[in-house]
Amino acid sequence: MTLNGDVSITKTESLPLRTEHDVVLARQVVRRLTQEISFGLVDQTKLVTATSELARNAIIYGLGGTLTCELLVDGTRKGLRLQFIDHGPGIADVELAMKDGWTSGQGMGLGLSGSKRLVHDFQIATVPGQGTTITIARWK
Amino acid sequence: MERIPILRMGDLLLVTVQVDMHDRLAMTLQEDLTEQVQRTGAKGVLIDISALDMVDSFIGRMISNLSSMSRILDAHTVVVGMRPAVAITLVELGLSLQGVETALDVDRGMKLLRGRLGDAERRRLDHED
Repeated sequence: MTLNGDVSITKTESLPLRTEHDVVLARQVVRRLTQEISFGLVDQTKLVTATSELARNAIIYGLGGTLTCELLVDGTRKGLRLQFIDHGPGIADVELAMKDGWTSGQGMGLGLSGSKRLVHDFQIATVPGQGTTITIARWK
Repeated sequence: MERIPILRMGDLLLVTVQVDMHDRLAMTLQEDLTEQVQRTGAKGVLIDISALDMVDSFIGRMISNLSSMSRILDAHTVVVGMRPAVAITLVELGLSLQGVETALDVDRGMKLLRGRLGDAERRRLDHED
């Protein structure tokens, strides 16, 4: 993801996404980071919930991966950007996968489409056979 | 194995979720609770989620399932204590927990359950008359 010239990264943290316990850990790390930049309770909850959905996806569908969290400053604006990287099979049809209610597995089909509604920026980069990277950000 | 405790109080079962649940723990609760409803013949289930700071689609689905499953097993379920930020997020995520009865807190949830059980009891007696 390209940054425009004014955005700087003030802190980076990474954690593995391997087991369902990592989903819980990811939620806790993101909660702490949102508190560090004084997100309100609703903003915190939205980003933590999106984290839970996307971390689970990376583990179940992406066969595991990594979460990278970056605290951003853009002038007076602060935000948190999260990157969920997996090396799974990739998403064959992104447009279809983004539809509410569509699921390739056991879920409710709200993971991707629902998470998108919970954040300000949402990007998917996927290569069949190589993996998927989903980048989200929420600003204060 | 890690488990969420289920308390029995007369013909009610009470569950207070106080930990950040991983998926398997949520599934275990679903199995334990339906098993307990069947074994004890409980008529009401109260689930307190006031300690949960997040409900995602997985936990939301577990709550929905629990409510439907206990209905099939002849018990009413009331979910209480959802935090406002959680409710806002859940709806935006796309989950409205349709068919799940809710109350603001444990007190109101208990009243709602007692009312429901009273109605059912009255209907049963009317039927016998």
